[in-house]
Amino acid sequence: MQRMRWMGSLVAIAATALAVGCGTPGEDSSDDSAAEPKPAAAAKPDIAKAGDVTLTVWDQEVRGGPAKQIKELNKQFQAKYPNVKIKRVAKSFEDINTTLKLAVSGPKAPDVVQANQGLGVMGQLVKGKLLRPVDDYAKVYGWADRYPSVLLDLNKFEQNGTTFGSGELYGLSQMGEIVGVYYNKKKVATPPTSMAEFEAALAKAKADGDVPIQFGNLDKWPGIHEFETVLGQTAPKEAVRDFVFQRNGASFDTPEFQAAATKLQDWVKNDYFTKDFNGTGYDPAWQRFAKGRGTFLIAGTWLTGDLADQMGEDVGFFPMPGENADQPVALGGESLPFAITSKSKNPDVAAAYIDFLTDENAAQVITETNNLAAMKFDVPEASSPLAQDVAAAWKTLGETDGLIPYADYTTPTAGDDFGGAIQQMLAGKLSPTEFTSEVQGKVESSKSS
Amino acid sequence: MATPPAALAETLPVAPTRDGEAGRRTADRPPGEPRRVGYLYLIPAVLIFGAFTLVPLGHAVWLSFFEWDGVTAGKWVGLANYGDVLSDPDQRTAFVHALVLVVFYAMIPVIIGLIIAGTVARTHVRGFTFFRVVLFLPQVVAMVVVAVMWRMIYDPNDGPINEGLRAIGLGGLAKSWLGDFDVALPAVGLIGTWVMYGLAMVLLTAGVQKIPRSLYDAARVDGASAFREFYAVTLPALRGEIAVALTLCTIQALRNFDLVYITTKGGPGDATSVPAYQVYERAFTTGAVGSAAATGIVLALLIFALSTAINMFAERGTRR
Repeated sequence: MQRMRWMGSLVAIAATALAVGCGTPGEDSSDDSAAEPKPAAAAKPDIAKAGDVTLTVWDQEVRGGPAKQIKELNKQFQAKYPNVKIKRVAKSFEDINTTLKLAVSGPKAPDVVQANQGLGVMGQLVKGKLLRPVDDYAKVYGWADRYPSVLLDLNKFEQNGTTFGSGELYGLSQMGEIVGVYYNKKKVATPPTSMAEFEAALAKAKADGDVPIQFGNLDKWPGIHEFETVLGQTAPKEAVRDFVFQRNGASFDTPEFQAAATKLQDWVKNDYFTKDFNGTGYDPAWQRFAKGRGTFLIAGTWLTGDLADQMGEDVGFFPMPGENADQPVALGGESLPFAITSKSKNPDVAAAYIDFLTDENAAQVITETNNLAAMKFDVPEASSPLAQDVAAAWKTLGETDGLIPYADYTTPTAGDDFGGAIQQMLAGKLSPTEFTSEVQGKVESSKSS
Repeated sequence: MATPPAALAETLPVAPTRDGEAGRRTADRPPGEPRRVGYLYLIPAVLIFGAFTLVPLGHAVWLSFFEWDGVTAGKWVGLANYGDVLSDPDQRTAFVHALVLVVFYAMIPVIIGLIIAGTVARTHVRGFTFFRVVLFLPQVVAMVVVAVMWRMIYDPNDGPINEGLRAIGLGGLAKSWLGDFDVALPAVGLIGTWVMYGLAMVLLTAGVQKIPRSLYDAARVDGASAFREFYAVTLPALRGEIAVALTLCTIQALRNFDLVYITTKGGPGDATSVPAYQVYERAFTTGAVGSAAATGIVLALLIFALSTAINMFAERGTRR
């Protein structure tokens, strides 16, 4: 009897599985919109004559400065085109990444979405033909002149959705990001201009009894930023780009990549980082730096606003110096690109909106709200000295083509894989050679699966 | 349970043991109410249960047979995703970690609960209700809050644990609690112990209070020691409560996601990765929905098997 009931429930589960399954998942979503080729835009469309349009936009600009600029620009766009109504759906970074796929493939897809770069989000949307390439609009509006080429490359994808950094353009970003070195001006008079000077400053800070570099790596991802910041100085920038974009047979397992790991391990051995960094949170670490504990902090420009508020004149920023002081290389990139969905009924209006978010006026609004505009326009300087340091670094990096992309873009699982391996390497559990071969192995197994 | 006396047994409606007696069964029933209609009353509940539990469960089983990224058309791979759960070292260690957490979430809290219950059984503690409320508090706090708070407590530089150790001259024991590869999993587990022991204690002390005092008096008259009294009276009487506490705590241990997600993200390395975290990672960030579904189903089966085992163990005891 007991056994019969067991069998019964198993049969019931199997039957429900079949009943609710009915068909291959995702099959119906990939064909309809892509089948009919849409006409390419040949001239700037006149939005004022587009009739009454409601544009649904999903963005993740929900924090301080970013939220201010998008609200202002949305207001200005609707004032310019009274026939267009923008329906804004604001979500956090995590929420937009986890819900975007379902929203864009559903029947009521938004028109414009912020789709994160790399294979995790944008790659899968491109593979499912859910985003509309914007190369035609880029030609009409001259978008290529607005950005350094590496920033455009980040928003490009091959049609297969597995290779990025080249191919068709899918969107534009508003804001730039650099991972560089913040320093406490009370402790460091002039920023170092070479790696040797930087290391001398670390030794001096340690001798003074201070924490040379505040670092919290409990959250797993911060180590990627420390690693690539050093990697930019030990490896040619093209090698890093080739690896992240997975082109020209580039590998992680090379002496240049091992050199970066060796340097970081030396710093760990010399106690140049916060003690027990693998058990320290990212936020507590930078907050300690903001309170005056620690000499340097390797972090991204997303902290600029908070650090300027708390430290005022006492904080500065420079890209990690390498061999050549005029040719800095820094980890960096741009905010999530605004892209047009394939199901949008008003791609012309959507393109005009994206154009409006990234033109010279937008650059000014973005800078005024204490953000770092990604576009190459000459706009008045930001007010805080720290924001000026950041803007100067951005300009130099743009002119000398010194940005290297985030390694988390490499494969869908790269963020977790690399973060974990870097924690092990920094803890001395993996030697530099073991570390690079482990990461390369994970990249290969992720690509093959 | 003792067999009822023969006379009583005749007056009670006894379920037939042989199929041949099925005809007699209908005649025994109270008149006026055909039994089949009873199933009608089940329909609303079954519909809701079906729509919100069975159908999603069935759908997850269905998805687990595909290699699917959540967007493009999936590819039927049969049982390959289940094979990966067993063969992929990342997933295997995640399941091992989950079983280690069962020790911290279920075993230790129940042992602590038993010690408290055993003490309460022997003596009357004044103001015990107050203590019970205080000890139960961790259960009331949202898991996310617990995790954020423990991250601060475990902070290697400014956290109270390390500062306390240094203050009493035991700085050598101060550790990078969540950052050390060997300590991180037990450190996460101890948070679980802290959360769950209140539940175990409340269940077990409540159970102790319904044990007849006479049993303890008899044990004392027989000259039983404190340990003997606990072993012979308290422990057997609490078998049911222990089963409930173990089941609830084990389920909590195996489905543990929030704690790991907030405290360590599975790190350092993969030292605290658990199946529920793998399900989230695969389904929402790395686009391996089929594999996530398979991991989830295996996890559900494991939970099912462990709870069944615990309850069978408890039932066997009561029948003895």
